[in-house]
This record gives sequence, structure tokens and C-alpha cells, in this order.
Amino acid sequence: MAETSIKPLTLNFGPQHPAAHGVLRLVLEMDGEVVERADPHIGLLHRGTEKLIEHKTYLQAVPYFDRLDYVSPMSQEHAFALAVERLLGLEVPRRARYIRVLYAELSRVLNHILNITAFALDVGAMTPLLWGFEEREHLMEFYERASGARLHAAYFRPGGVNQDLPAGLLDDIGRWAERFPSFVDDMESLLTNNRIFKQRTVDIGVVSEEDAQSFGFTGPCLRASGMPWDLRKSQPYDAYDEMSFDVPMGRTGDCYARYLVRVEELRQSLRIIAQCIERMPDGPVKTTDRKIAPPPRGEMKRSMEALIHHFKLYTEGYHVPAGETYTAVEAPKGEFGVYLVADGTNRPYRCKIRAPGFAFMSAMDFMSRGHMLADTVAIIGSLDVVFGEIDR
Amino acid sequence: MDEDRPVLMPRELADYLADALRDHLEAVEWSGSELSLRTRPDSVLAVLRFLRADSQCLFSILVDLCGVDWPDREQRFEVVYNLLSIRHNLRVRVKIATDEETPVPTATGLFRSAEWNEREAWDMYGIFFSDHPDLRRLLTDYGFEGHPMRKDFPLTGTVEVRYDDDQKRVIYEPVSLVQDFRDFDFESPWEGARAALATQSGTGED
Repeated sequence: MAETSIKPLTLNFGPQHPAAHGVLRLVLEMDGEVVERADPHIGLLHRGTEKLIEHKTYLQAVPYFDRLDYVSPMSQEHAFALAVERLLGLEVPRRARYIRVLYAELSRVLNHILNITAFALDVGAMTPLLWGFEEREHLMEFYERASGARLHAAYFRPGGVNQDLPAGLLDDIGRWAERFPSFVDDMESLLTNNRIFKQRTVDIGVVSEEDAQSFGFTGPCLRASGMPWDLRKSQPYDAYDEMSFDVPMGRTGDCYARYLVRVEELRQSLRIIAQCIERMPDGPVKTTDRKIAPPPRGEMKRSMEALIHHFKLYTEGYHVPAGETYTAVEAPKGEFGVYLVADGTNRPYRCKIRAPGFAFMSAMDFMSRGHMLADTVAIIGSLDVVFGEIDR
Repeated sequence: MDEDRPVLMPRELADYLADALRDHLEAVEWSGSELSLRTRPDSVLAVLRFLRADSQCLFSILVDLCGVDWPDREQRFEVVYNLLSIRHNLRVRVKIATDEETPVPTATGLFRSAEWNEREAWDMYGIFFSDHPDLRRLLTDYGFEGHPMRKDFPLTGTVEVRYDDDQKRVIYEPVSLVQDFRDFDFESPWEGARAALATQSGTGED
């Protein structure tokens, strides 16, 4: 019987698919159940953040960073704050650096809980997500008590953090951090040795060390491929050089390794959180340079100078000397970098945002080729993509 | 703040790079402790290849590639490559200048992450990359016209969309603003006055 050739089926995955983790349109060319080519169409959430930032003052640009990766808002602000401080040559008080590290790690836990549990949901395990959201609720409560907002915090500002932590918050975070490992254990008991979970993730979406570097992978996805690379260790910023923690590393580079790396990062983050609480220094939480950070409210009622500073900061903002910097932080998803070009005015001339998820998404075709349709869902889940930051 | 950061580009290595790549480099610039190598579009691939392969560099990750628009310059676009060496814990920047016409050779053969970043630079600035395997628009809408990150592109864009009840479909219309876009000038009045005086004396008045 003569062989009949069948035209590959083109399948539209998304843009509104629950397993696409946002607005991803993936055009898949299928040979039966097997993916022959995956063409991600991104940009459905493109808001022109970089263009908007060019028209705002440095302070007004901060909230845009919350809205990039809305699962770990403070880590993004961190990169921008460090970049501006670098151009200004600004010294940040020690307490502010500790608060930032503490909240950056809380953000990491916040992000990894959502990613791990949503990934588990993608491959069929529903319970972890429900448990995880309860923990996320506690964490967002800590966000709210420090900054006043559950998600879009605008808490890390160039020069420090916006306001000091309220009394009792550190004790509550400490109590939560003692309790939290039991959640991780429970979650692991459902997933790590689960036969179905392993069947869906082991040897799926394997990325070698070389490929991971060529595609610009960073963060847990690079570490899962066997590179023990973490900016918190190798290029420490703020107070990370005073913290002791381990960098987990995977060997196989598949979806399961990425899951395992994230679980271990949860535990390591708790170590950092405990150290921050234990050693939290006293002192100011933002720079005392009144040309950069506003004066306290009480002072404004008495001092004319303070009032003028306040007025100038919230209308004109501060001028940043001409220069450029590429400053990156280890965000939960990977290296989140800001390439900032200042021209001496009160607004950035160019602010390029380097999102880790952008690199992961560009490797989607490479990773899903030859896998089954259901495996692309597992791959997307394991990459930890959020379209706020990819589309910008 | 810079003192307690690790050195991501030691001076000796910068001197070594300036020497080894002297045929290709136009300038070696420092901004703080960060190094930028300025080169030409026709030698950028040679520079990137050297930086990736040389045993003292091993810049294996192209972290970021982006365009910058300088409308006042003769060659208005700048393409900036940010490289990271995991092996030696180094960072370096490579920059080239180009304009709307001059194509830039694609770096996809060296770094696969360049593929999407170059698509984005093409989409946002209209910088053309020659020999790119798939130079489509990336972030903007299907059928979008113009390059939105150019400085002469309006912040509000040129078209807006809405659902038209009569035609029963989404339609595109030119942007209409109830209030004009307000762009405040925060230049200090003293400096502004000096600039104004300079132009006045230039035209010969008073």
C-alpha cells in the first residue's frame, strides 16, 4: 500500500490557555501527538514599560517594576534601585540592606511556591496549589504590613526602602519561618517521589550545560543543567555577602531537576530569612541625603528646608549624573538586569529590562521539539515564565 | 558602594583586550567599574567570537542585546551587547553604532539567545540584522507599523483599538486624546536662562 503523507497539523495553543501561565500564543506544528516545531507568539501583554519609564522620573519608574513579574515584585525593584544607586554613587544604610535581603528572599519563597505548585497542577496534582496559596497569603500579609500593598509594593526605592518595618513584624516572620518547613515537607511528600509526577517530568525538556548558556539561561534553570551559578554568591549585592547559604545544583537539566532545585532554594531562602531576622541592625532605612530620599513627615511640619526638599523630590525628582550601568540581581526566576543609560536629567534616557523569562521562552522551540503535546505543558510549567516580564 | 562589589572587569584584562582586539576597537570606555568596547558593525562578530573563545575571557552568555536611539547623532542607533563570563565571573559590554540603512551582522551563530533579542531590537528600533534566520516582529501587534522605542515615536502611539458594535469586530482608529500629552521641562530656570541668552546673543540681538 502506498504511503500517504499527511500535512502536519497546526495547533494553536493559547493565548487563553490555563497551562500557558498567562497570555502565550504557541503555534505548534504537530505530527500526530509529537511536536515538530513550536513558534511562541509573545507580546500580548506588551505595555511599553521601557518607553513609559523614559518619560517618568526615576522615582516614578519604580512601580513599573512591580508590574513586570507580578509574582515576585520586590526582586525587580531591587535591580532598579541598585542600578540608580550605582549611577548616583549612593551608600545605603545597613538596616535598609538587610530589609531588602529579607524581602527579596520572601519574594523568592512567594515565587517558588506559586511556580512549583502551579507546575504540579499542570501535570495533574491539584492539592499542592491549594496548600501553597494559603502560604502565599501569609507572605503577602507580610508585604502589606511593610509596604501597605499586597502585590505592587513599590517598597525598595533608590536610597533604601520606603519605610521602616512596623513593630512585631520580624517576630511574626520568624514564627512563620519556623512553621514553613513543614509545608515544604508536606508538598514534597506529595510530589518528589510521586510516580505520576516523575513520569511526567523526568527526562522531559532536557537542556545541556552548553545549550543553557547559549540560550542565555540563568537562575534555577541554569543551575538545574549543572552550573552552580548564583549572583547572590558570585556577585553579591546588598547584604548577601554576610549571609551563609548553599546554592543547589541539578545534573540532568530536565523538568524534574528544575523542580528539585527550586524546592531546595525554598529551604535555603529560609536560612537567609532566619539570619536576617537574627542580625537585623538598627538605624535609618533610607539614605540621609535629602536630595534623594524625602525627609520624615514630622520634620516637614517644622522645617522649611524639609518642605522644599519634599516638594522638589515629588515634582521634579532628582537628577542622575550621565553614565550607564548594567546591574543585575538574582531574581527568583533568574538574572534580572537593568541596563540604565542616564543623560544627566531627572529621567532615564534608556532603561532596558533584561527579563530571565525572555530567554527561557526563546528556547521553547528547542526544548519541545520531538516531545508530546502534553510535555510542552510540563516544559512551560518548569521554566517558570510570567508574561508580565517577557512582554514588558 | 562600588568598593565592596567584586571586580567584574580587572584593569589588566581590559588592557589585554584593548591590545588583542586593537584592529577592531574604536574606543575603550569605562563607566564606573564597567567596561564598554566600542567597535564597528563589520567587526562585531570577530570581537564577540574572541570574547567567547579566549581562555582569559570565556564570555559564554550573551545576557542582553538591545538598541539605544540617539536621534542627534549621525549614526542614530547604538546596539549594546552585554556579556557574562560564568567561568571567570566577568562582565563586559560591546557597542556598535549604526543607522536605519546599515545592517548589523547577526550574532545568532555565536549565541542563540541573540535570535529573540535581535528580533526585539528590529521590532522596537528598526535596526536590521543581516543573515538573521527569522527576523519577524516580536512584541508588537500583528500588522503594527513603525518602531515604538524610537525617540520620535509618540508615547501614546498612533492607533487605538475598540470593539465596534455596528461592524461586530475590533477596529483600529487613530489615537484621539481628550487632553494633550503633557511633557514638563524641569530644567533649572537659571540654566534655562543661560541657554536662552546664548541663543539670543547668537542671533545678534541686544
